[in-house]
Amino acid sequence: MLEVQKDHLFDVEKIKQDFPLLKRKVHGDKRLVYLDNAATSQKPSQVISAISNYYSAYNSNIHRSVHQLAEEATDAFESTRDKAASFINAASREEVIFTKNATEALNLVAQSLSLKYLKPDDKVVVTEMEHHSNFVPWQQLTRRYGAKLEISDVDDEGFIDQADLESKLVGAKVFSFTHMSNVLGTINDAKRLARLGHKHGALVVVDGAQSAPHLPVDVQDIDCDFFAMSAHKMLGPTGVGCLYGKKQMLEEMPPFLLGGDMIKEVHRENTQWNDLPWKFEAGTSNIADVIGYGEALDYLSKIGMRNVAKHEQSICGEAMRALERVKDVKIYGPKDPSRRGAVISFNLGNVHPHDVASILDSEGVAIRSGHHCAQVLMEKLRVPATSRASFYIYNDAADIESLTMALEKVKEALY
Amino acid sequence: MRKMSSDMYKEIILDYYKNPRNRGTLEVADAKSRDSNPLCGDVVEMQLKFKDDVVSDIKFNGDGCAISQASASMLTELVMGKTIDQVRAIDKSILLENLGSPNLGAVRIKCALLPLKVMKSALYGYLGEKMSADEEKAVAGSTTG
Repeated sequence: MLEVQKDHLFDVEKIKQDFPLLKRKVHGDKRLVYLDNAATSQKPSQVISAISNYYSAYNSNIHRSVHQLAEEATDAFESTRDKAASFINAASREEVIFTKNATEALNLVAQSLSLKYLKPDDKVVVTEMEHHSNFVPWQQLTRRYGAKLEISDVDDEGFIDQADLESKLVGAKVFSFTHMSNVLGTINDAKRLARLGHKHGALVVVDGAQSAPHLPVDVQDIDCDFFAMSAHKMLGPTGVGCLYGKKQMLEEMPPFLLGGDMIKEVHRENTQWNDLPWKFEAGTSNIADVIGYGEALDYLSKIGMRNVAKHEQSICGEAMRALERVKDVKIYGPKDPSRRGAVISFNLGNVHPHDVASILDSEGVAIRSGHHCAQVLMEKLRVPATSRASFYIYNDAADIESLTMALEKVKEALY
Repeated sequence: MRKMSSDMYKEIILDYYKNPRNRGTLEVADAKSRDSNPLCGDVVEMQLKFKDDVVSDIKFNGDGCAISQASASMLTELVMGKTIDQVRAIDKSILLENLGSPNLGAVRIKCALLPLKVMKSALYGYLGEKMSADEEKAVAGSTTG
């Protein structure tokens, strides 16, 4: 295990071999250059086999039946919880709740807190760089319960404006922010922001959908009250997310979804909730994909998240330098690769990002274009949309070269 | 012509994108409409003038991807000088054929079709108003006469 974590063993070519999809061609004979990892990552065969193996070898419901299949399924499902807890260094496994995705994890926090904790006129603070999943729930719930929403400013380089944030945090009950922007790539210093939030008496919620796949995360060190992540952006399947919450908070919070599996006793007039973490997991869970997620966590842990971060920082720097050499490219977000993830939003002259993406696609290069579910930030940047190239463990210098060459094709066609 | 590996950016589309015809604003319009495509943020506005049930002038304005803007420009030329009935008959397949039958796929086809939607909505708005005006006239005529 320790040997694998040595830097020189970060072998992109070897990693690529684990991803069957990366071997396919697109648009005839074009090599696929997959640079849409901030939307979803590709899956290694270990994850794909684990899911198929569950269905072919021990498919059954968990937590209830006493037969062997159910026991095997329950063990496999619950072992992912241990892996996730250790992946983010949670103090205990009870602090990890499975959800459908990061959006549901954030909704769980927002809904549950507004049921019991938030009072009219209370203040919730978010930032301008939030994904809609960490913006719309707070916007709508504060409105519904007569609380206030304050939006902390982002400066021209894509960092949270500290003075503005400090003033807005005064009297805040909840401070929810993204650990890493899905548009600008900005990495927020979650530990410092959490300390700031707590200093003002706010509960701190961290949207880790973009950070958990790319950076080492230690929720005890950050000292956040909640942390949300999504499996499919970190080599796992779609349909699985995780919410971490401090045990004491989760104990006090009312459940958000009600039904089977989340109860201890049900009587005609009342119900007693199940223990953590199941209190928040109503209904049959996405068993197969949670098991697949366990394999994804193993895969990343084996490489080591420090190595993942190091690889991406180097590829981010290289990609930014290459893009800057393409005439008319404007890159958004922090200039310093050490303060950002390998998510690069850009525009090419006046060409609409959808045209950029379509022509890149015809060259085999898959990127994202649009508002990236962050329209508040787009308004701030005063652009209707951007193109976005986002990298992961299987991307290398050849991919960057394909990207810049394809951008020249865009110019050939549309200039 | 460079050979594009994509069938999306046909010569016709590139031509209208680079040299848009009928882009601008009419001083006086009989009908206008504006709509956007939430995917691209494409915006298209159409303004029409009629004379004896014939489109006597048309302009478009907008902002967005090459497909949507080229389609809007092409459509203005297609519609100019046509009777209302002829304009009503212009459908998706006629529009795409006139764009050189590009291979757009399920997502980008919405960009190409937005101008048609806007143009039809302007036309039907105009027809609706015309109908109410005619009916008012008829009612007024029957009470006085």
